[in-house]
Amino acid sequence: MTTKYDVLIIGAGMSGMAAGIRLAMFGKTVCIAEMHSLPGGLNSFYQRGSRKFDVGLHALTNFVKKGTKGHPLSKILKQLRIRYDSLQLKEQKSSKVQFRDLEINFSNDIELLISQVAKNFPEEVDGFLELIKNINIHKDLLPSKDFKSARQFVGQYIKNKMLEDMIFYPILFYGSSTEHDLDVNSFIILFQSVYLEGFSRPMGGVRTIIDILLDKFNALGGELRYRHKVEKIVTKNSKVQGALLNNGEMIEADYVISSIGYPETMSLVESQQVTTPAVGRISPIETIFIFDKKPAQCDIDSTIIYYSNQDRYNYQKPTTAIDETSTSICLPNNFSDCEYDEGVIRLTSLANFDLWDSFKSTEYKAQKQKVVEHSLETLKAVMPSLNGELKFQDVFTPKTIKRFTGHMAGAVYGSPDKLPDGLTGIENLLLCGTDQGLIGIVGTLLSGITISNMHILTRDWKG
Amino acid sequence: MEMNTEVVDVRKAVVDIISDIALDEDLSEINDGASLRDQLDLDSMDFLDIVMELKKRYKVEVPSEDYPQLATLESCVRYLSPKFCQ
Repeated sequence: MTTKYDVLIIGAGMSGMAAGIRLAMFGKTVCIAEMHSLPGGLNSFYQRGSRKFDVGLHALTNFVKKGTKGHPLSKILKQLRIRYDSLQLKEQKSSKVQFRDLEINFSNDIELLISQVAKNFPEEVDGFLELIKNINIHKDLLPSKDFKSARQFVGQYIKNKMLEDMIFYPILFYGSSTEHDLDVNSFIILFQSVYLEGFSRPMGGVRTIIDILLDKFNALGGELRYRHKVEKIVTKNSKVQGALLNNGEMIEADYVISSIGYPETMSLVESQQVTTPAVGRISPIETIFIFDKKPAQCDIDSTIIYYSNQDRYNYQKPTTAIDETSTSICLPNNFSDCEYDEGVIRLTSLANFDLWDSFKSTEYKAQKQKVVEHSLETLKAVMPSLNGELKFQDVFTPKTIKRFTGHMAGAVYGSPDKLPDGLTGIENLLLCGTDQGLIGIVGTLLSGITISNMHILTRDWKG
Repeated sequence: MEMNTEVVDVRKAVVDIISDIALDEDLSEINDGASLRDQLDLDSMDFLDIVMELKKRYKVEVPSEDYPQLATLESCVRYLSPKFCQ
């Protein structure tokens, strides 16, 4: 059986849905094939009993207040025809980077971070202001194709290595597919989205955004097929023809946009000349705890805590199952408003995919239990005043991430090889999402939008 | 003086399109003679959307060399009115 569409999109994550909305808006027939029974991809959700949980990023970065002009958030809202208020964004209170006992607080007002640098590293504050000035010059930056070191760029302004690591921690943690360092353009984009714009959370979690996208896509006549896995991307003379699904159905399409990752996409292409992009090394493990008390009832006001028990931060694949030196702790209750009536705590650390993948079932369970114990110890060290009763716990590992997102090696930030222009080398096979190189929820939406605009809608326009 | 209904309609068509794109903008106090870009949060991606919506809704085509003609509401009306009549 064969079905024909203008565009086939692989993956109903945020970038795929954004692309689908744009294309359907301008009259294209669009089908999204999603291997799971749930949308969202890397930023999704699940339910246990009556409890709902987000998986993926801790926060929606790029927050700006309603009416703020010329920022990525307002761009995606206009392109997708979404009202600002419908996202119900709730701002963070404040977050902190904590190395042993030294902490630097920051919020959605950059002045707090500047004053914290001035207080803890007085000799560095002039350099830090200069760094901000040089980051502010850039607008609408795209990830670059050739890697230039962000560490080198920042080193021109910041001399203290501990402060450098403190600045890099949230940035690397929310989007770097490369260890220790990242491309300078990506650094600038992330610095703007994390420190100069800020953190927020949609009321109801990431599902609020996903539901808006689904409603839009459906209203525009788009077709979304769950439990339809693409087995093969079909090409002829280096031009895409469509894709073969796991039910044996062939979908013909003028364009195929894949949001499932660069190496993942190329592995579906049957051709001897395709490139083999590197598989990413960054994969996390996350423990979710529910307590009968909210953090604020225990005098804990931070929204996210980036903790290291050393003077430095090592952003790299650990040689052990879990990196025991650092954890980032998200407290969703400490966004300005939150629907959770219990205390929810997410502890996320870097992990070693290969080890988790090698554990047999008894060992796997035992290792997960060890992670729970380690997470409880970390909580004790970082927030000693926390004293509620533990009501629920869950752990998801790099293996879980691979199973649900399809990302090789559970690499949440994808391959270190990015395709900023989305062109795969196979005609009309385009890439969007994580491996285009735009970062965060707003970034990934922008990715789906720009790939559709650049390669399909405006191409049509120019005839 | 009686207003030319044709001119009013073209203005309304453009304002409707902009208000469907920039859902959070208040267009009631827009200055017809001043730059749309300066008054509203519109970038080049949004102008392309205005052009695509004009084609979708009214089959009116705006070639890329004429984009500067869409700078203000006044210039939109002046430039688009003959195209709406065709």
